Amino acid sequence: MELSTQKLIHTFGALADLGQEIAGRGDFTEMVRTSMHLLLGTLALRRGAVAECVESELRSVASWGVTDQIFKELSISCEEKQEFHTGQVSDFLISSSPGSSNFVNRYRQKFAQEEIALILPMIVRDEITGVVLLGRKASGEEFSPDDFETVHAMVRHIGVGIHTHRLLEQVAERAEENRRLYEELRTIYRATVRSFAAAIDAKDKYTQGHSERVGRYSEIIAREMGWSEDEVEGIQIAGYLHDVGKLVVDRDIINAPYNINAKESSELNRHPAAGYEILAPINHPYADIPLMAKYHHERLDGRGYPEGLRDEQIPIGAKIVSLADSFDAMTTDRPYRRRRSFEDVVRDLRENSGTQFDGKVVAAFARALLKEVKGESKERRITKMLGKDYLQDENVAMLLADLITDLTAVGSAARSYK
Amino acid sequence: MDKPSGLLVRSHCVGTTAVVYASDYLNKLTGERIERECRRQLNCGCRALVIDFSDTKLVNSIGISILLGIIDVAEKNGAKIAFSDVNSQTVQLFEMLGLTRHVVLAKDEREALLTLSGFETTPIVH
Repeated sequence: MELSTQKLIHTFGALADLGQEIAGRGDFTEMVRTSMHLLLGTLALRRGAVAECVESELRSVASWGVTDQIFKELSISCEEKQEFHTGQVSDFLISSSPGSSNFVNRYRQKFAQEEIALILPMIVRDEITGVVLLGRKASGEEFSPDDFETVHAMVRHIGVGIHTHRLLEQVAERAEENRRLYEELRTIYRATVRSFAAAIDAKDKYTQGHSERVGRYSEIIAREMGWSEDEVEGIQIAGYLHDVGKLVVDRDIINAPYNINAKESSELNRHPAAGYEILAPINHPYADIPLMAKYHHERLDGRGYPEGLRDEQIPIGAKIVSLADSFDAMTTDRPYRRRRSFEDVVRDLRENSGTQFDGKVVAAFARALLKEVKGESKERRITKMLGKDYLQDENVAMLLADLITDLTAVGSAARSYK
Repeated sequence: MDKPSGLLVRSHCVGTTAVVYASDYLNKLTGERIERECRRQLNCGCRALVIDFSDTKLVNSIGISILLGIIDVAEKNGAKIAFSDVNSQTVQLFEMLGLTRHVVLAKDEREALLTLSGFETTPIVH
């Protein structure tokens, strides 16, 4: 093979490898190090280094046969950077007599000590992003015009690679910053919603903490049903806000739900639709929150309100909030009655699964509670909300297990209403 | 003699000369392994290195750069270095790039060992 042909093949091979290396998404330092080796190996240069310009400093990214110490002693001014744009290659050859580059002239002795023969800038979009220091050729020959072309092309490639990597880093930093801001916004949103829930509950002196608990129960049920974290957060918010429509209902009606006339009852039953009207114009970060509030008093048998929807017409989120709402109502004291025993509540849930409640939702809630009772879950969130004395009955686990079995065996009793 | 494995470089010592075997394709990965092994041998007191290319079909640019680094380290340690059993295409490449100015090229390992001074007859296997 002719020497020139072999040289071309060797150079093309290196350029192809360099392109692949720079286009890769591997470790940045490793990319620069490999690129530097490809450059040095193409012309068989005995040493070299790639350094980034960080303001006036030069920071070594990769070096071979060159001590890192030299970079601690180098600095480059704006004027000296400009010289790279205007200077001739001969100005940056260390072996030449002093040329027009002040940078090279200043450090000529240091470069010579490190056996550096040539300094080349990495210029990307007219900006000096760094420099490449190159040693002598192993052949002992001087750099030929072809060699200059080759190293110039490869150095441009490396410069673009470094520049691209830095851009990607900036994009990643921005994305991380945006993620943090978004997370902060979500935290603020959640805090606002919880404050709002507290305000809703404050209107009814006997249901303090009700919206907060409905939010938590809803979250627990949704998680048990395998919902995604985003969906779980969404339904928690829906739980917090399900009674927001009560803000437009007269306080006297809310505080005396069993001593109201038909007109007042109609007024009270307006709260889900009113809640929808309040929530619909808000651009929530989660889907269907207004609908969950609107339909949380719907029943599978069509006897609910405001629209009398049946089973599959009711969004699953609304079914979850409905169960959470009813469960909390049954398990908390009200001015007109004491809370019901757990056995009684379980009986209610069994009897009303398929008519009022969705059996799958009830089963999921029962599973979550059973895990807590049996100590299988890390947190005891439901039991904590119910209070330490409420689940003292030794039959609790059995009641829940039976309920789950029954609901699983029967399937959704609501099917009979179709 | 060490058996070659995925991550190990085959090598052995003959007196104070280390013989290191290059793999079939001398690229970044394999080149760095050879370089590490050569440095290790020099740190262990070897005064000469033979890199055997009998299995090597191809050497790329990174391989060249790494070999130059090994030559550099050997020179700084006052150690001699020889390449043995290099195929004709790679010999052409080494000559074209000037590597042959810094290393002895030998027909085979035996010739390389004979050429390098400090030859001892008792092999030390690592």
